Amino acid sequence: MINLRDKGAQVWENWNRPSRTIFILAFIALMALLPFAASWGPTSFLNTPITSFQDVLVYPVGMFILMALGLNIVVGKSGLLDLGFVAFFAIGAYTNAIMSTMLDWNTWEILPFGIVFAMISGVMLGLPALRLRGDYLAIITLGFGEIVRIVALNSESTGGPNGIAGIPNPPSIAGVKFDYEHPQNYFWLVMVLILLVVWMVRRFTVRRPGRAWEAIRQDEDVAALMGVHTLVYKLWAFVIGAAVGGAAGVIYASKAMVISPDMFKFDVSVMILACVVFGGIGNIWGVILGAGILAYLPDRFRFLTDARQLVFGAVLIIMMNLRPDGLLPRKKREKISEDGK
Amino acid sequence: MNFSVVTSQFWSLCLQGLALGLIYSLIALGYTMVYGVLRLINFANSEVFMIGTFTVLFMQVTILNNDVNTKPIVGVTLLVTMFASLFGAMIICALLAMLVELVAYRRLRILGASRLASLISAIGTSIFLSEGMRIITHSRPQTAPRLLEKSSLGNIWGANIRIDTVITIVASILIFVLLDQFVNRSRLGKAIRAVSMSEENSRLMGINLNKVITLTFAIGGLTTGAAAFFYTTVYENTIFNVGFNLGIAAFTAAVLGGIGNIRGAFYGGVFLGLLEQFASAVLGSQWKAVTVFVVLVLVLLIRPSGIFGEAVQQTRT
Repeated sequence: MINLRDKGAQVWENWNRPSRTIFILAFIALMALLPFAASWGPTSFLNTPITSFQDVLVYPVGMFILMALGLNIVVGKSGLLDLGFVAFFAIGAYTNAIMSTMLDWNTWEILPFGIVFAMISGVMLGLPALRLRGDYLAIITLGFGEIVRIVALNSESTGGPNGIAGIPNPPSIAGVKFDYEHPQNYFWLVMVLILLVVWMVRRFTVRRPGRAWEAIRQDEDVAALMGVHTLVYKLWAFVIGAAVGGAAGVIYASKAMVISPDMFKFDVSVMILACVVFGGIGNIWGVILGAGILAYLPDRFRFLTDARQLVFGAVLIIMMNLRPDGLLPRKKREKISEDGK
Repeated sequence: MNFSVVTSQFWSLCLQGLALGLIYSLIALGYTMVYGVLRLINFANSEVFMIGTFTVLFMQVTILNNDVNTKPIVGVTLLVTMFASLFGAMIICALLAMLVELVAYRRLRILGASRLASLISAIGTSIFLSEGMRIITHSRPQTAPRLLEKSSLGNIWGANIRIDTVITIVASILIFVLLDQFVNRSRLGKAIRAVSMSEENSRLMGINLNKVITLTFAIGGLTTGAAAFFYTTVYENTIFNVGFNLGIAAFTAAVLGGIGNIRGAFYGGVFLGLLEQFASAVLGSQWKAVTVFVVLVLVLLIRPSGIFGEAVQQTRT
């Protein structure tokens, strides 16, 4: 089967700097025009039948891309299986909900707190859990995700099963309004966050942490022998992933205005993980593509109503059997050394 | 916090916890045996259990024609119904588990794909099965007929000993003893143990890998089917997402006991069942999942390979 990843990389290598810059800017501009795709003739087939297309672009599509990029640092870059990523999303969302309704702070003031709280919980979970082997990490993170949801469901300060309503929209920045009438502004906000995360991950990848994660993923024992502080770097990967999840949660709560424990079930963690693996573990572009497709499809096929999750399950099975490394796998060089065969 | 419950209902909680724990251990076998040979979390096992509970219902209501509100039956009819639904569930679950292996795991294993790819295809299978059942049952919980008169066998230390609890406990222990003997004594059991020690070497020794893996899935399916029967008999209802919570609890039990270890799954399940009963009596049932996971983390911190140690070769992820 043709390897799109390598083909793309080859074309990319042959370009010089200006043409790369032009391509990237054109691509970003094209993506920024997405909110209008549904009302423009030739692309109107993209329109989603029930939920408004612009809302779908923010949640699930934009949010899932953001969270999948965060999880990709944990699962893809350093090879740690996290089945409870939704916990950090929930922590970000509840931070926003509680602080905005009780302290009257606005979203931008809360954002750093949401990120910090998600990171702190990442450290609290990671310190004991990351000492253990991979599969135990999976079950412990799964448990953590459920614990956060159960605590939210049974505590008074989080509003119990009804959740928290009346979370204010973010105040406008330089005349850009964030409210019900302007869903495209949210999309651009999420896009800016996505670009920031992509930039951050790319910087990390070529620097010391990236090399350390790569070494840990390939062989943790050897990495430790070569002097990599494996626990420290695993914890960093975990905490940075948590920070991205927390940021996504804060923005989501402001957009949705109402949050409740139902929104943070185990399915969401599974879905984000599916986005990462479906697109191509460890490859940023693959993850973005995978998350975009998996988040968008269920809403596009709303007309299947009852059967849409059924079809989703079947798509996962078929796709994984056809392309086990995802749509856009990571570079061959990295793959060969991955399983040592 | 209500500690007086622990002293006043100690034996009754123990008995219920034991029955629930043994159901967990039977499901945990579906995880632990597959993990032993493939080093994979068999995510679809919870849905195999769910299908098992519906098979029991289908056997009792549709095939053997018992009305849902029927009166408890007695004598030979009862025995026939019970055994038919038990074996029916076991066989259907075993076949389904083999099918899951064929659809979700085999091709990926032959391609040598990463473990995460198999995990996602197993999750896909799980979503497919539970959504299929949701559509068929219109998301409604289904009630099972009470065919077995839940008479009390008497009181011991204030605990009411009910017949269904006793049957669950005795039959589960019997299944465990049989399975333990099978894996430790028989030729096929030896093959399973060999594959879980080293896949490559067992292939070199002439073991048919595909056959052993299919057999492992089938055994996991058989015990999960038995668990589904006991669950339906004791709790008398089921719903399309019944597998989720029981699946997580069973996997936790498998990890607690040491994954890949059959006796570990037994003790892990019993420990977890008792813990859950006491935790929900003392703290309220909404906190039992939290207690379970806190205990899991503590146990793994002290003994990283579970209480009874793992029976698998060390792997890196």
